[in-house]
Amino acid sequence: MTARTLFDKVWGEHVVVPETDDTPAVLYIDLHLIHEVTTPQAFSLLRDEGLPVRRPDLTLATMDHSTPTTPVRTVGDLEIVGPNAKRQILQMEQNCRDFGIDLLGFDSDSRGIVHVIGPELGATQPGKTIVCGDSHTSTHGAFGALAFGIGTTEIGHVLATQCLLQRKPKTLAVNVDGELSDGVTAKDLILAIIGQIGVNGGTGHVIEYRGSAIEKLGMEARMTICNMSIEAGARAGMIAPDDTTFAYLEGRPRSPAGADWDRAVDRWRTLKTDTGALFDKEVTIDASKLQPMVTFGTNPGMVVGINEPVPETLGDENFNKALRYMQVDAGKPLLDKAVDIVFVGSCTNSRLSDLELTASVLRNNKVADGVRMMIVPGSQQVKRQAEAAGLHKIFEDAGAEWRESGCSMCLGMNGDTVPSGQLSVSTSNRNFEGRQGIGARTILASPATAAAAAVAGRIVDPRAFLRSPV
Amino acid sequence: MTNSLITSRTVVLPSKDIDTDQIIPARYLTTTTREGLGEGLFRDLRFDNQDRPIEDFPLNQPEAAGAEILVAGNNFGCGSSREHAPWALLDFGIRVVISTEIADIFRNNSLKNGLLPIVVDEHTHGWLIDNPGAELTVDIAASTLSLPNGTSVEYPIDAFARFCLIEGTDQLGFLRSNLDAIETFEEQRSWTP
Repeated sequence: MTARTLFDKVWGEHVVVPETDDTPAVLYIDLHLIHEVTTPQAFSLLRDEGLPVRRPDLTLATMDHSTPTTPVRTVGDLEIVGPNAKRQILQMEQNCRDFGIDLLGFDSDSRGIVHVIGPELGATQPGKTIVCGDSHTSTHGAFGALAFGIGTTEIGHVLATQCLLQRKPKTLAVNVDGELSDGVTAKDLILAIIGQIGVNGGTGHVIEYRGSAIEKLGMEARMTICNMSIEAGARAGMIAPDDTTFAYLEGRPRSPAGADWDRAVDRWRTLKTDTGALFDKEVTIDASKLQPMVTFGTNPGMVVGINEPVPETLGDENFNKALRYMQVDAGKPLLDKAVDIVFVGSCTNSRLSDLELTASVLRNNKVADGVRMMIVPGSQQVKRQAEAAGLHKIFEDAGAEWRESGCSMCLGMNGDTVPSGQLSVSTSNRNFEGRQGIGARTILASPATAAAAAVAGRIVDPRAFLRSPV
Repeated sequence: MTNSLITSRTVVLPSKDIDTDQIIPARYLTTTTREGLGEGLFRDLRFDNQDRPIEDFPLNQPEAAGAEILVAGNNFGCGSSREHAPWALLDFGIRVVISTEIADIFRNNSLKNGLLPIVVDEHTHGWLIDNPGAELTVDIAASTLSLPNGTSVEYPIDAFARFCLIEGTDQLGFLRSNLDAIETFEEQRSWTP
């Protein structure tokens, strides 16, 4: 039998009808995650066609994008996000009721960002196909699942049939050797990878992240890596499941249990790329050479090490335009640039380990005068865990805002925005023009770099601030 | 789509890596319908923060009125999976997007809605960027793009996508015609999710 990649194995197990020259494959979907922003038109389609949701048991709903990060106890609390977002949230509740779908809504202890709660509940598992109307669905690939973002029409297809029409993508191996040095995180690594292969380097491909540096990462760090695959143009990123993966999943509410657990782990152990399997493309990166990374432009591929100068423009008008928007000078590092807002959160960096790292910088420190720092846990469970560990006290003592879970300031649609012209250091995934609010200027960085910027009031190397873990 | 020919002048946005947040900002995503999103198309590039049109933005120039073909820089449509991006383009009157590379999710979403994403070689693209307002004819059945000088350029497109564009095939209907196979798959697989 020919050697196969991890992706080939998961893809092959889900082909209902093989693709031909004339028609794409019918691909079975094991888990459909849905949220309030990209589904209303899909449910309308089902209503128009008189169709039920075919497998509500394989569908899991939450609300995260347009929801406020202030407490919601009554419908009136939704006024803060405006009438349209409120209507969308109420519509989501109605759709889930009408179609029999589990909704982890405002009354649920398990609510949170869709890409945080899937793994947290154990719904995300190795070897599954997972889709969601959200490009950061790639996050779930950290477990060896094939997980990718889809549009609203395709959401309708999955709701109605539990399948998608898909052409088989190509494969790209990103081999990461060496070891990350102290103070350099998974966020810095994925930013460096995107900087190396470019924001379109993964287009048409599924990435597999491999190598000794990846194997050493914990699950939350692996999620940060896979999360940003889409920022390199790849719809999916995968990491082979191993003992780290199994230890994370064991005992979670939706994980298999008892004899089913043992059978599942036996199956999951086969989900790795065979020796000799070929990828369509391969790149290699040495993790030991990396330093904390910061973006300087208006896409995640425009990134430098914290002590490195912003590259020279070489007459590229797109590049010049990005630098003008960011008010950044070519040839100089970003160090010492004054910051207005610091955001720790989003599906990229809002899990407990991210908050612990943030706390290790903030402990016995204060957010600088004139800087607003907002810390938004990825889920209500992360919030409870952080509070049980006393992290919220460290945040509040430092002068940071500690919020309810949600997508928050990652994208300007829920009331949390960066005012026009202000400079934000954000642990989120996109520094696009206007992403965090009209005219917002965004620097993407790790939680350590973000927290250090909050304390210093300017861009600094976080390694001077890192203390022993809390 | 019954007619497989589209003839129109182009409007040109030369920037590379135009992401779907620029095509339609997130604040327009609180809608529960797909109508009327043209208002939000390139909103923060078309209008300043006082809602006044930005005159030198290509889509605001008088000669762009009625153009159905958008020529854009490399890697158009990257970023968020929001289908609101093709909905906004179509609502504004754009029926074809041409670039040297088009992001995967945006391309899929476009084809599901009858917006045609066309990838051309760098030479053709360079000419299109340098000649805004050129009148082109797209022949969907033949997968060709005709330039004003009579040159015809073939572009790649998935056979099924082309078939659906021409016949107006309902892809959900096509998927549902496989329901027996889907049920068999569910019964026969070695593990259940």
